[in-house]
Amino acid sequence: MNTATTTVNGHSAGHEGHGHHPAGLMRWITTTNHKDIGSMYLWFSFAMFLVGGCMALTIRSELFQPGLQLVRPEFFNQLTTLHGLIMVFGAIMPAFVGFANWMLPLQIGASDMAFGRMNNLSFWLLPPAALLLVTSMFVPGGAAAAGWTLYPPLTIQQGMGMDMAIFALHILGFSSIMGSINIITTIFNLRAPGMTLMKMPLFCWTWLVTAFLVIAVMPVLAGAVTMTLTDRHFGTSFFSAAGGGDPVLFQHIFWFFGHPEVYIVIIPGFGVVSQVISTFSRKPLFGYASMVYAVAAIGILSFTVWAHHMYTVGMPVTAQLYFMYATMFIAVPTGVKIFNWTATMWRGSLSFETPMLFAIGFIFLFTVGGFSGLVLAMVVVDVQMQDTYYVVAHFHYTMVAGALFSAFAGAYYWLPKWTGHMYNEKLGQVHFWLSFIFFNMTFFVQHFLGIAGMPRRIPDYALQFTDFNQISTIGAFGFGLSQLLFLYNIITCIKGGPKAPAKPWEGAEGLEWDVPSPAPYHTWEVQPVVK
Amino acid sequence: MFGFGYALIPLYPVVCGVLGINQTGVDDRPVNTQVDSSRLVTVEFDTNVHNMAWTFKPLAGHLSVHPGELVQVMFEVTNTRDVPVTGQAIPSYGPPLAAEHFRKLECFCFNKQTLAPGERRQMPVVFVVDSALPKEIATITLSYTFFEVEGNRRAESSSGSAHNVKEGV
Repeated sequence: MNTATTTVNGHSAGHEGHGHHPAGLMRWITTTNHKDIGSMYLWFSFAMFLVGGCMALTIRSELFQPGLQLVRPEFFNQLTTLHGLIMVFGAIMPAFVGFANWMLPLQIGASDMAFGRMNNLSFWLLPPAALLLVTSMFVPGGAAAAGWTLYPPLTIQQGMGMDMAIFALHILGFSSIMGSINIITTIFNLRAPGMTLMKMPLFCWTWLVTAFLVIAVMPVLAGAVTMTLTDRHFGTSFFSAAGGGDPVLFQHIFWFFGHPEVYIVIIPGFGVVSQVISTFSRKPLFGYASMVYAVAAIGILSFTVWAHHMYTVGMPVTAQLYFMYATMFIAVPTGVKIFNWTATMWRGSLSFETPMLFAIGFIFLFTVGGFSGLVLAMVVVDVQMQDTYYVVAHFHYTMVAGALFSAFAGAYYWLPKWTGHMYNEKLGQVHFWLSFIFFNMTFFVQHFLGIAGMPRRIPDYALQFTDFNQISTIGAFGFGLSQLLFLYNIITCIKGGPKAPAKPWEGAEGLEWDVPSPAPYHTWEVQPVVK
Repeated sequence: MFGFGYALIPLYPVVCGVLGINQTGVDDRPVNTQVDSSRLVTVEFDTNVHNMAWTFKPLAGHLSVHPGELVQVMFEVTNTRDVPVTGQAIPSYGPPLAAEHFRKLECFCFNKQTLAPGERRQMPVVFVVDSALPKEIATITLSYTFFEVEGNRRAESSSGSAHNVKEGV
């Protein structure tokens, strides 16, 4: 695909020393450089990953035994809510925006993102939003405790922590909309000569689709939480039944945002995995065009299935059947992708470096998550399973083993390009295997708990669920601690290690491997010509 | 799209109305297709006690039902004595041909009834008149007679059999 001959970017390295940008702290605050901003996004998301992870471990500690040991039930609810919000909006989404900032301009031969200052703003909106979420735990009444889905009537009743969460969501929404505008403009306007849309690496394509999804649905979420806000303080009754509103309507609006949102989280990961699988199979991606169409189809279909999250709210059978079939239909384009990845590996010259391990782990576990999603798509089953740990297991297979594993794959894949050093391969593989084993230990047993009827978001449980919960808690601590290996590996990789060549992976293709490692501060100031 | 979020508020009821899928709150209980609504049969209730100090009466003397329709009626019985008394109700039908088309699903006559001194009790009968009921039968009389069950006092002579008694069910 990207067999690019390039006009050599000879003088770009020379620019690195130019002191025309502030040093020290001001460099980071005022930067408009896509690599600086990408790095900040990635560090921010890793920090939030650890914060959200600590909340998850507190939750799992409480669930180690039946009864109440560590936290009060109100605080437990705040933890589940903030864990969800922080992981989705603070960790996973910014991680992939970070990848986009770093890699999109390199991959399409652009010198930077289209709107540098907006890029800076969209990053710097994140820390205040994160601060709002985290500090809301310390205000009277505590943080939002209605679950990350923010269903009324709970959201209408809670204290000021809910207002802080709503405001944080507004800010996060602004940030991701601006980031998406930037990405779309960059892709449409700044591609190198000859880099047609259908020659773009799949990571660019997946981000293009994702960016459109973000622009389409984040404002809908903003509308929903604004309506909640006015219901709380300004006497409106959108969702307040006391004033003639309809709490169920919130769920419709929320999931009209929420279902595309889960694809916003996973689709960039599809792009990363596509490139990693192709590189370490030393083959071009099988069915490139069908991959592009499948991603676009998933994006479009994601708008048509929202009510499968709410089968039990009281819906006519006609509607339930429609949403059931539409949901199952999404398995078709998703299946196309899974088969294409498998076909790419088929008879490839495989090698199993850390990025490849995470990508293959992604394919395995994401498929498991996809299948449990199909199970939950069936109305008759969902009526039984909804709000149990089966649902928790399902979406962690897609969010953790899906989105997070693909982010790990991407991080290891591009670390040499970012830092100029090779990471510790052995440590990376240990990180993968520990993550893989402990992830399954944490979440696979939750399928059994859910089928047996253990409800989610409850700090206590019946005695017979104890064994599986203890396995899950031990797995969660193993998984959490394994991530410190990742942090250690990254820090040592930044500080030193074997020098990475411009193209550290034998099978890699694409313009990003034509610039030296580490990528100089300014790249592609003269655009390459792609033939 | 922010405005679209707000537009969804009025939009959802409209879309549901247009597509005819807004059935929540509408009675969607299954319709009994076995009811023959073209016919009406009058069911009369007759109550007797045989040598007992009980009063026994239906709450409604008669009603009209469609064949196939599930109907519940209530009877009231009172023990006027100052000792507990056990009784058993025996049903009979007129015309006798109606008996095989009169399906009782629930009846106080299925069990012995023991009433405490002075106790008043309301008891249900749930029945369906079979739609195979011959066309010429327009009125069914259901007659119950309470007999005291032997135990507290010796049974009377078998004068009860003078009635055309047919065991129910």
